[in-house]
Amino acid sequence: MFKRINSSALAVVGAAAIAFLPGISAAQQAITVASWGGAYTVSQVEAYHKPFEAKSGVKVTSVDYSGALSEVAAQVKTGNIKWDVIDLEPAEALKGCEEGLFEKIDPSKLPAGADGTPAAKDFATGMILPCAIGNITYANVVAFDKAKMGANGPKSLEDFFNVGKFPGKRGIKKDPSVIMEWALIADGVAMADVYKVLATPAGVDRAFKKLDTIKSSIVWWTAGAQPPALLASGEVVMTHAWHGRIVDANVKEKKDFAVMWDGQIQIPDMYAILKGGKNVAAAMEFVLFATSTQPLADQAKYIPYAPARNSSLAKIPDSNPNKAWLPNTPRPGRSMLTNAQFWMENSADMNKKFAAWLAK
Amino acid sequence: MDSEANLSQRLRKAERRGQLRAYALIAPLFIFVALSFLIPLGTVLLNSFYDPVVPNGLPRTVRALADWNGPRDQIPPEPVYAALAQDLKEAVQAEKHGSIANRLNVEESGLRTVFMRAARRVSAQEDGPWAPFFEAADPGWAQPGIWGTIRNLASPTHSLFYLSALDAKRNQDGSVGPQPEDQRIHITIYLRTLGVALTVTLMCILLGFPLAYLLAHLRDKTANLLLILVLLPFWTSLLVRTTAWMVVLQKEGVINSLLQALHLISEPLPLVFNRFGVVVAMTHILLPFMVLPMYSVMRQIPVSYVRAARSLGAGPLTAFIRVYLPQCIPGLGAGALLVFILALGYYITPALLGGSTDQMISYFVETNMSRSLNWGLASALAAILLGAVLVLYAAYDRLVGANNLKLG
Repeated sequence: MFKRINSSALAVVGAAAIAFLPGISAAQQAITVASWGGAYTVSQVEAYHKPFEAKSGVKVTSVDYSGALSEVAAQVKTGNIKWDVIDLEPAEALKGCEEGLFEKIDPSKLPAGADGTPAAKDFATGMILPCAIGNITYANVVAFDKAKMGANGPKSLEDFFNVGKFPGKRGIKKDPSVIMEWALIADGVAMADVYKVLATPAGVDRAFKKLDTIKSSIVWWTAGAQPPALLASGEVVMTHAWHGRIVDANVKEKKDFAVMWDGQIQIPDMYAILKGGKNVAAAMEFVLFATSTQPLADQAKYIPYAPARNSSLAKIPDSNPNKAWLPNTPRPGRSMLTNAQFWMENSADMNKKFAAWLAK
Repeated sequence: MDSEANLSQRLRKAERRGQLRAYALIAPLFIFVALSFLIPLGTVLLNSFYDPVVPNGLPRTVRALADWNGPRDQIPPEPVYAALAQDLKEAVQAEKHGSIANRLNVEESGLRTVFMRAARRVSAQEDGPWAPFFEAADPGWAQPGIWGTIRNLASPTHSLFYLSALDAKRNQDGSVGPQPEDQRIHITIYLRTLGVALTVTLMCILLGFPLAYLLAHLRDKTANLLLILVLLPFWTSLLVRTTAWMVVLQKEGVINSLLQALHLISEPLPLVFNRFGVVVAMTHILLPFMVLPMYSVMRQIPVSYVRAARSLGAGPLTAFIRVYLPQCIPGLGAGALLVFILALGYYITPALLGGSTDQMISYFVETNMSRSLNWGLASALAAILLGAVLVLYAAYDRLVGANNLKLG
């Protein structure tokens, strides 16, 4: 009796398994993409993840992280690899590549632009690295609430560091990159010389001295979604922010936040693939897809970040309100690009000094 | 005689059987504690002095340096450079060079660059002479400094992490001295941690003692109701309570809005992201740990003792101080010790409600664990905290007596 039930049950299960086998194996293909959360992750889910899932059948899960390479290094060090693809900045991409955390990406695999331009020419400079492919460029800016400050908001980086003229707290990312550059610029260093000065111990001290003048007024943030929240709650009068998050808060939460463009530091974001993961092939497929012309152009619908490919930039219609907010639009005020090589070589020492300065 | 020996033998046997049964009963708990507490703790302690990155990554170099054993102010001879070239080629092949470079950089800022510059080029070079090759890759290789650092790290067990946790370091010439001034932070942080924990304990005693006294002297029904109010926050998640304080204390939060509406203040008070916010929230969170042991001890103090003291002529204050208070000591001691030790290890509340100068030692354990990836230093910091707690417990035992503790 039992034997018969067992064998017939087995047969049913077996038949079902065979019938659904292709379905099961396709459903099992899944990759995890770590990115910066908030409006930025939303834009990636809409422009990259969803079309990729529809096209390939690979499920894409997204997780948030803080941008620190150490989270990847910890996964590799313990052999417990949870992410497949990671969105990071070029300094971390170079450093992680050198430390063997990432897969090498063959640039000849990158598809040509939609207009036929070969990938090597289509991507902006510095967007193709041995282990990472750029997707967008964003700007680090100072933002403030126009509803509270009106026309009397800060006009320059010097104003950001001037607590006498603009009393109140300032939000700053808890990370030496960007704020060290800003401190030197506000202290009178020309943008072209910032990294030369910052490479010397005296330059680092100079930046910390400048930061000391506002230290008691700083509220530190760690996630990109925090600056708009800090502005909204009135906790800070102005804040270092990623410009897309400010635009997003204005659109979605009907805020009247203003962006002060002077001193903006532009930094690309890139995709890299963790070495030793179980889904390297699918992850590679994802990265090649996400950095192709159409997805990069589509992303601008959701967040005003500049696509890494020129062919994508050409595809953003003028009707897209985000177009006016792209960081590569010419604007008054100083602007510069981050020096990835500098941060790759110095981030370890700079983090150590920064942590010690913070604790004092 | 015979039967007596037999009897005691049987008794012992029965006792042994009972003991075995008792052991079997606690075995699951013991295994759980071993897996979840003793083994991780042991690993942490091991990590704090066992660090084989350099001897494993550069085995030939370490051996060649030991063979040469020259003075620390000189650069080593060619065979050491050749050994390093061989090690470096293998490390690059196995992609281990990054972790070696990072390990050297932890000891001495700037060595990552020196090491990586050589690592990037070494595979392209077939043969020596190696000393000029390394010097061309980075002039740092022609200085005795980096060799001193490698020699400091040559043994897989060392005390460098403990030195670093106590703001000292082993210099490249082999002597022990203080860290550079801008890197000396840990002792300040240990003192800060002690200070915050003491403040919170004092606040808990000040607030908890009258509350426990009230609870112990009310009618049972009212006391139970109030006790539930004490316990209610106890049942809420730590994170929820911490973020609730953020809402209450922030610039446009409940308290500031109220005070401004009442025109008591014109500018919002800075109540959060500073020491004040940390102490307030930690006191609130830890208060039940103080109230509960005190309450249970106070309830058991017979009222007749104080009455007897009064009838013998003691004033109310004398009766309280000389008769009532000494009987509260077991509860007070237990509560204070519990609150103090829990407060020492607090992480999430200071991280969320404190400013950058209010972070306690566990924050730096976490930073070194997940941001700087310096697990050795994190382990040493944690081991020193553990040692401090044990010392404090021993001191308490000496002064008050641990047998006197009463947790409820």
